[in-house]
Amino acid sequence: MKIVHSWLNELVPVGDDVDAIADAITHLGLAVEDVVHVGATVPGVVTARVVRTERHPDAAKVHRVYVDTGNGVERHVWCGAFNMQAGDVIPLATPGTVMPDGRAIEPKPILGIPSEGMLCSARELGLGDDHSGILILPPDSLLGVPYGDVLGLGEEVVYDLDVLRNRPDAYGHLGVARDLAAHLALPLAPGPDALAQTAPPQSATVELVDGARCPRFTTLIISNVHIAPSPTWMARRLAAAGMRSINNIVDVSNYVMLETNQPNHAYDFDTLGGGGFRVRLAGEGETMTTLDDVERTLTTADLLICDATDRPIGIAGIMGGQNTEISESTTTIALEAAWFEPMGVLRSVARMGLRTEASARFERGADPYGIERCVARFVELLRLTCPALVVHTGAVDARSEHLPEPTRIRVRPTRVSALLGSDFTAARITELIEPIGFVCTPLDDHLMVDVPSYRPDCTLEVDIVEEVARHHGYSKLGKTVPKSIDPGHLSGVQQRRRQLRDVLLGLGCSEAMPHPFLTAGDLERAGLPADAVRLVNPLAVGDDVLRTSLRPGLLKAIEFNESHRRTGAALFEIGHVYPPSDDVLPAEYEALTVVLAGADATAAMSVWRELAATMGWGARVDQGSVPPGLHPTRSATLSVGKQIVGAVGEVHPDALDAYGVDERVAVLELNLGVLLAVAPKVPQWKPTSRFPSADFDLAFAVPESVSAEKVEKAIRQSAGAGLVELALFDVYLGAGIAPGARSLAYRLRLQAADRTLTDADVAEVRQKIVAGVGKLGAMLRA
Amino acid sequence: MIDDVRAAADAAVARLGAAGSLAVARALEIELLGKKGPFAEFKTRLGGLATVEEKKAAGQALNEATLAVQAAVQGRTDHLKRSERAVQLESERIDLTEVLSQPSRGHAHIVTQAWQRLEDVFLGMGFQVAEGPEVETDWYNFEALNMPPDHPARSMHDTFYVDHGAPGSTVLRTHTSPVQIRVMQTLPPPIYMIMPGRVFRNETTDATHLAVFHQIEGLVIDRGITLADLAGTIESFTKSFFGAGFSSRLRPSYFPFTEPSAEFDIRTPAGDWLELGGSGMVHPNVLRAGGLDPEEWSGFAFGFGIDRMAKERHGVGDVREMYSNDLRFLEQF
Repeated sequence: MKIVHSWLNELVPVGDDVDAIADAITHLGLAVEDVVHVGATVPGVVTARVVRTERHPDAAKVHRVYVDTGNGVERHVWCGAFNMQAGDVIPLATPGTVMPDGRAIEPKPILGIPSEGMLCSARELGLGDDHSGILILPPDSLLGVPYGDVLGLGEEVVYDLDVLRNRPDAYGHLGVARDLAAHLALPLAPGPDALAQTAPPQSATVELVDGARCPRFTTLIISNVHIAPSPTWMARRLAAAGMRSINNIVDVSNYVMLETNQPNHAYDFDTLGGGGFRVRLAGEGETMTTLDDVERTLTTADLLICDATDRPIGIAGIMGGQNTEISESTTTIALEAAWFEPMGVLRSVARMGLRTEASARFERGADPYGIERCVARFVELLRLTCPALVVHTGAVDARSEHLPEPTRIRVRPTRVSALLGSDFTAARITELIEPIGFVCTPLDDHLMVDVPSYRPDCTLEVDIVEEVARHHGYSKLGKTVPKSIDPGHLSGVQQRRRQLRDVLLGLGCSEAMPHPFLTAGDLERAGLPADAVRLVNPLAVGDDVLRTSLRPGLLKAIEFNESHRRTGAALFEIGHVYPPSDDVLPAEYEALTVVLAGADATAAMSVWRELAATMGWGARVDQGSVPPGLHPTRSATLSVGKQIVGAVGEVHPDALDAYGVDERVAVLELNLGVLLAVAPKVPQWKPTSRFPSADFDLAFAVPESVSAEKVEKAIRQSAGAGLVELALFDVYLGAGIAPGARSLAYRLRLQAADRTLTDADVAEVRQKIVAGVGKLGAMLRA
Repeated sequence: MIDDVRAAADAAVARLGAAGSLAVARALEIELLGKKGPFAEFKTRLGGLATVEEKKAAGQALNEATLAVQAAVQGRTDHLKRSERAVQLESERIDLTEVLSQPSRGHAHIVTQAWQRLEDVFLGMGFQVAEGPEVETDWYNFEALNMPPDHPARSMHDTFYVDHGAPGSTVLRTHTSPVQIRVMQTLPPPIYMIMPGRVFRNETTDATHLAVFHQIEGLVIDRGITLADLAGTIESFTKSFFGAGFSSRLRPSYFPFTEPSAEFDIRTPAGDWLELGGSGMVHPNVLRAGGLDPEEWSGFAFGFGIDRMAKERHGVGDVREMYSNDLRFLEQF
């Protein structure tokens, strides 16, 4: 909302300290986002009349223009524009003028002939984008005066306010002025709120067919009016507030709306069919052409203003039609000022995508009882250009039972004090909110507060609490810190998530945050099931899939980095995935995916083992069950009991091809919803042995069908508690090993807690291990 | 004999002084101080001396000579060890800036870094951390937060609707506030909770706006909580997160789920005011939706963006780059 300083100052004498006023407005909750100075003119540019123009035989692109600034002396100016004729009044930048772009005007000669200034286009004067020719001023302009005077320009300061939903009244200058007057203890000059009507009676009929959507509709007939330009000050303020000056009647209508926040509309009474109004819902598919020359197709949810012959002449609360527009021939107007139900206007606006100054006010809630002030001000201002206008008796005020009743709220000073943390008496509350129109009546130990009709947002006691705080000043309420009786701490899941992230970072993986929306086809390209929850209204067509896996996003990240010559990316993401579900919400859970570009499946296994060791996790690595989208001979599911908790291995080459990834990609995926939920067992102390250990190596020829994991398990089982360390240190294929097998070499360390092991002890364990592993079909190598 | 002893000692010390290696020094030590060495021999001759005085004088001389040779052995050995170590050390010289490979550390995302820093400040202030789903029901995201269907304030939220359940029933949460309701429904007051998380707005992304970003929200519900408590908590957070030179203020604003509502601004040590987030006293309708009696409990809530904290701290010019997953970006932090 643009609030014009001079306008505000007329309603409340706030003075000229713009920064202080902006600060005061902001602290009343009407955040001033910007303070702009508009309409400044360029000093040194004056009006002049073109006397004659003349070509020079040696100058093709410029001609000579002789101008007179009113003193009868011809000045010669070179000019590159040819749109002026003798007699036109144009703006002349005299020598020494500094233009808005910083250019200084000098008598620079062309062909040896000096130029006594420069003729200006609209753009050169900062008056818009027009640079097609020299700005032609009104023909009857005074000569030799600043061009701003003849254009009605003058500097205005404008406060750009971010008015929030709870303050519909602040969409008018009067609402802002009222708040400021109370805040600064200054008198408010709200203008007239009553109107003298004179004979003869003349009325427009009003039929409220839909009283729920239009609870109040008033009309007043004003005759003996004529179209004229508006006073300069009014046009200037309208321009500063962002509205174009059209003519005196339209301008007054807009001006009154911007001042009182009450939209209104002046119809040419002579073109109003049947001399009256009907307010009804539109028929399905009914059309009408609005003022902006667009034919609108309506639905039964849209409210129409029709004339008495049922011809639509406006969409209620949004925009009028062309058929009853004010014109040169208008002499009598029917002034409509109504109150429309906000939600209905909001729905029509949303459906049509047509938001106007009027609809913005109605959808937020205009003042149902503010019409009198609007109409009185309209007449007062129109009289400035139509002094002989006649306000006829017979004004119509049609109301339905849906017109909101004034609100009365019980306010307990104890409650106000309890919520604000300072002591507020009934008297203090009254003193703070009566200046902004609330009326307080003491009753027992509380107050009955009558809410002014321009504040429909106030319906509860807490709303009054805010008004009290606002006018008392938030900053005066003090700062105290409440004490929690519990110490702050992270939950177990949150602590473990941090630990997990730290381990991943320590392993050299960086954290990525891909977009949680996927493009249709992304899941299929990754070899994952296509079943997913969709967005109804995605930002871009096709980007509507809620991810069921973090893998596609990370594959895109690898491809992106490869394309920037960054191979070997090691990335992880901890994020939510949203698989479909029949429940109230999708089966959302937190997942981890690690991708290691340029690494094979064993790298992913190493990460898994490191995480499992740190986090106290255990899971079965089942290579017999290949997770979707992963390499069929290099991947495994991770499961705990019957529950699958993750996958480990390599991304399927088909998926890599589909994502344009050149490197192999090792991958680890975990369901953190399951894994982080369980607190790991706390490691319990085992005494370290004081006796020497015995170390030895064993190499087995193991058939391909037997996993190393099984061999290790067999070794551990056979060796018993004396085996304190076991590590696979070599895998060998080739000479000496039968086809279909490989050599697995292990280093073992035996140690007893209570004695030094003898050679016989070691030999016995060794023999047990060889026998145990032998059951798997593995042979000890010599 | 005394002269002989002294001469032998001088000769021994001289030979030790010329020893060129530890091996030579060790061999000399054995030769000179061993059982077959000159001083052992002198010792056997002591008995042959005539008088007690002679014996005593010769014995003392022999003792001094032996000590002198032992000291010479020790001195030479130490010297030779030092010089051998010096040679070794010199031969091992390397240029520490010749680094062929660097163990790569991972880089935490700057949003995560900001998130954890914020959490840590609030943990220190006695808050706990709650989380909730990113796909939410309309009820939790809007209705329970005093925004019934058709409430005009809903248009302030550009909502992504999810095709799940009845049309319009499921959304991507537009703020972390639904977690407030879930917390109130599951935990009895007093509640001192922060709720960080990912949120979604259906608006076109540009250098300063994202459709997917992160917020942190705070909720305090207790008996007798006041607007001054909100101001004090914000102030305490401001000083501890941004630094002692920063301060804060509240100014009136509007949110459907709080009344009174306030924007909060922070003041930099340079004196500039920056708008940080929204806050207010929890609206009675919101307390009721959470199953609490507004006459018994009162509370405040506040919230702001996490991404902006990361952006401002590191001076990121374009927030979209934070989500590019470009290693050249990630590895800067």
